[in-house]
Amino acid sequence: MDELYRLTAHEARDLLRKGEISATELTQAVLDRIHAVEDKVKAYITLTPEIALAQAAEADKAFVQARKEGRAHTLPDLLGIPLAVKDVISTAGIRTTCASRILENYIPPYDATAVQRLRAQGAVILGKTNTDEFAMGWSTENSAFGPSHNPWDLTRVPGGSSGGNAAALAADETIIAIGSDTGGSVRQPAGFCNLVALRPTYGRVSRFGLVAFASSLDQIGPMTKDVTDAALVYEAIAGHDPRDSTSVDRPVGEVRRALGQEVRGLRVGVPREYFGEGIDPRVADVVRQALRVLEDLGARLEEISLPLTRHSIPVYYIIAPAEASANLARYDGVRYGYRAEAATLWEQYKRTRGRGFGPEVKRRIILGTYALSAGYYDAYYLRAQKVRTLIRQEYETAFRRVDVIAGPVAPVVPWPIGWAMENPVQVYLTDLLTISQAIAGVPALAVPAGFSDGLPVGLQLVGRPFDEETLFRLAYAYEQATQWGKKRPVIE
Amino acid sequence: MAQEYEVIIGMEVHAQLLTRSKMFCSCSADYVDAPPNTHVCPVCMALPGALPVINKAAVEATIRTGLALNCRIASFSVFARKNYFYPDLPKGYQISQYELPLTTDGWVEIEDDAGHPKRVRIRRAHLEEDTGKLVHMDGYSLVDLNRAGVPLLEIVTEADLRSADEAYRYLRKLRTILRYLGVSTADMEKGAMRCEANLSVRPKGQKTLGTKVEIKNLNSFKAVRDAIAYEVQRQVRILEEGGTIEQVTLGWDASRGRTFVQRTKEEAHDYRYFPEPDLLPLEVSQEWVEALRETLPELPDAKMDRFVREYGLSRKEAWIVVEEQDVAQWYEAAVRAYGAPRQVYNWLTGEIFRYLNEANVPIDEIRVTPEGLAELLRLVDDGTINRNTAKSVLQEMLATGKDARTIVEEQGLAQVSDEAALASIVEEILAAHPDEVRRYRAGKKGLFGWFVGQVMRATRGKANPDLVRKLLQERLNE
Ligand SMILES: [Zn+2]
Repeated sequence: MDELYRLTAHEARDLLRKGEISATELTQAVLDRIHAVEDKVKAYITLTPEIALAQAAEADKAFVQARKEGRAHTLPDLLGIPLAVKDVISTAGIRTTCASRILENYIPPYDATAVQRLRAQGAVILGKTNTDEFAMGWSTENSAFGPSHNPWDLTRVPGGSSGGNAAALAADETIIAIGSDTGGSVRQPAGFCNLVALRPTYGRVSRFGLVAFASSLDQIGPMTKDVTDAALVYEAIAGHDPRDSTSVDRPVGEVRRALGQEVRGLRVGVPREYFGEGIDPRVADVVRQALRVLEDLGARLEEISLPLTRHSIPVYYIIAPAEASANLARYDGVRYGYRAEAATLWEQYKRTRGRGFGPEVKRRIILGTYALSAGYYDAYYLRAQKVRTLIRQEYETAFRRVDVIAGPVAPVVPWPIGWAMENPVQVYLTDLLTISQAIAGVPALAVPAGFSDGLPVGLQLVGRPFDEETLFRLAYAYEQATQWGKKRPVIE
Repeated sequence: MAQEYEVIIGMEVHAQLLTRSKMFCSCSADYVDAPPNTHVCPVCMALPGALPVINKAAVEATIRTGLALNCRIASFSVFARKNYFYPDLPKGYQISQYELPLTTDGWVEIEDDAGHPKRVRIRRAHLEEDTGKLVHMDGYSLVDLNRAGVPLLEIVTEADLRSADEAYRYLRKLRTILRYLGVSTADMEKGAMRCEANLSVRPKGQKTLGTKVEIKNLNSFKAVRDAIAYEVQRQVRILEEGGTIEQVTLGWDASRGRTFVQRTKEEAHDYRYFPEPDLLPLEVSQEWVEALRETLPELPDAKMDRFVREYGLSRKEAWIVVEEQDVAQWYEAAVRAYGAPRQVYNWLTGEIFRYLNEANVPIDEIRVTPEGLAELLRLVDDGTINRNTAKSVLQEMLATGKDARTIVEEQGLAQVSDEAALASIVEEILAAHPDEVRRYRAGKKGLFGWFVGQVMRATRGKANPDLVRKLLQERLNE
């Protein structure tokens, strides 16, 4: 069988269980693929082929043994499946840089809970993928290691901040991936690269080991080539973790059972604001097509209004930098990471942080420090928290009328590399459609919706808190009806 | 007449809580003798991605303390980040409480300088985490994070104290309460209890407050008293000379006995407090509070009142045995075993306290049990030994751990109460000293004590002194 790297996880799982392929073959095929295209795509910061092959060999032993005993079907779904991990997620013994100079040589002694759970299933870690520095950005252009390239058009960005994952998946340089989403960071790159990604409800997936950007917004989520894989990865990583006080003790259930279930009668809200000002009309057209498909599947579309959505950008750019300004204080050159020696302590702090952080990170630290300062706290941080409550309530109200809210993932198609640097204010607005869900803590899923001038466009489905299941159900039905995700870029 | 001045003092105390693990991770909080950086983990080293989890035992210790300090326990409280950079603070912020602390609005009773009871109001008692330690070397510093994340209880008073002595008594009282609760060793010398004072001075009668200064790093009770006294004097002198007080943060140089400026107002930190997003607000149910209230011991004030009531001690006397819980326990056990609370009190605060001071040991380490003291006192009562012998027997008991009866038997210390035997000794003494007998009979009655001493000496102190006196009276006054 050739082109094993094109498999989804569930396809590979079935072949592995039957013994038609081995985990080693699969891993080797993906490593070969990386070897072939990585120069052009630049998805990874760190590759760990030895670790991957060792884990694959372990997985093969387990498959052989289980097949002998006739219980291969009981093995974990992700046993032997190649995995990419965004480089803001802690991996024991594997360098975790956050795409920052300040952590360029930092090797964590511990695994994030999500990584631990995937390792426990036997997933095979290929390496760590590119991101905007500390996940602050939209395109991987803020990475200290240079941008990743969109496999659909190598001159364009793959989105961000989990852009390395998206580039790797679209280029078939991995089978599955986990990223983090603070204001759209798994969904937007998935939309830009014709992939599936889920931002789970805040508290669903442990943040333990996710290097904090904005603690009250960060969530780890799956990024995959189809909806079924997203469900498998989600099931593996979700669930309460006593090491994260904000993780919620609430059963996750088997969301895969929702796949293939009837969507007829689901009420789908379509916010007027998601198609208004600032939305590229070509994107809007593609997404309207997608909504028609949902209707054909039996969903009942209903126009709704979420007027507070436009306030989510200022709220986000106060709360996220405020939290970040404290979260990033630990990078002081004292215990680990980059240190610029100097004669005095304060000089050492200044030089270490001045040289260690990139411009976007510094910008946000300054913004956040300002927002929390005496005399400004009430006007900025406190007020932002109040508006946050209102945005949350707006979603609650909407979800009394509808089961799911649908719209575009991003207002634009992937931009040419370099555009963001020249349009620093406009680029902040590209977050418009993915931020409010993070602020409200509700789950949201991106699924391929087609193309505009050869560039992918994503459909976003937003659900009630802890109702990821309905998102999977609707996304799967849509995916089966359209098959957009099956399209693969030609990398040249 | 010279202007009189008034000093207004508030205290801020940090006490390490005696929990098994640290405030936000499972590392051992018992760091004192551990080699550097051995009680550490990703959480307390602030590795990227690590998250705090609240230590329930620390919350319970804080609630119990709050109850003992007559505080309100908040059903909803919030942790906050206090942001500043220093190498002993690994996260670059300390997790503390700011708005919405766990306990508020309590009081502690002390005696004012006139000896009257006085309530010092407690503004708040909240939880936070300790920092690591810096070890300064020649030209560089080393960081030890064993202490980083050890739970700290911060207790803040209103500005109710009016003298260095009041501040001193408040701290002693607070230490006693914390020790009674078993929540902290409150040992200032070992850094388990640290203290800051803020104070201002104003002419008596003036309504507005003077400029407030803060004195940090007061590491002993003596330092607290001395630093405040010094600072009051310094400020009064400045005011008398027509000067103004600067708003500063001061340190205390114990060896030179003076305060020095650590930070001026311009250098004051903006800590940029905001709610800690990694922790959910702390919700405390009424049932939890009531269950914890059940675990409170009899508190020092209540015990003092009871000792006054039940044992006939004065308040001052009662406080002497109550201040340390082990002493109070020892005292009560001895009273239970012997009765006669006054007598037990005298023996405890006399002979035994002297020994504690000399040997510098706590009462739970001495080799005499309360029951042992009771036995000794009964030997006096039944005439086996006299009071003076009892004192030396007690010394022997403290030194060897043997019981009173064994010592009396081994050393033949039992009192001679045999009238015939003593009478013959009296005869011998009188026969040996005819001059003194004559002088006594001629009116030099002062010699009586000398005769008693001679008999005691001849019996190596074992003679029953009452009997000796009786026999001598009979023979000399014939
Ligand atoms: Zn620890």
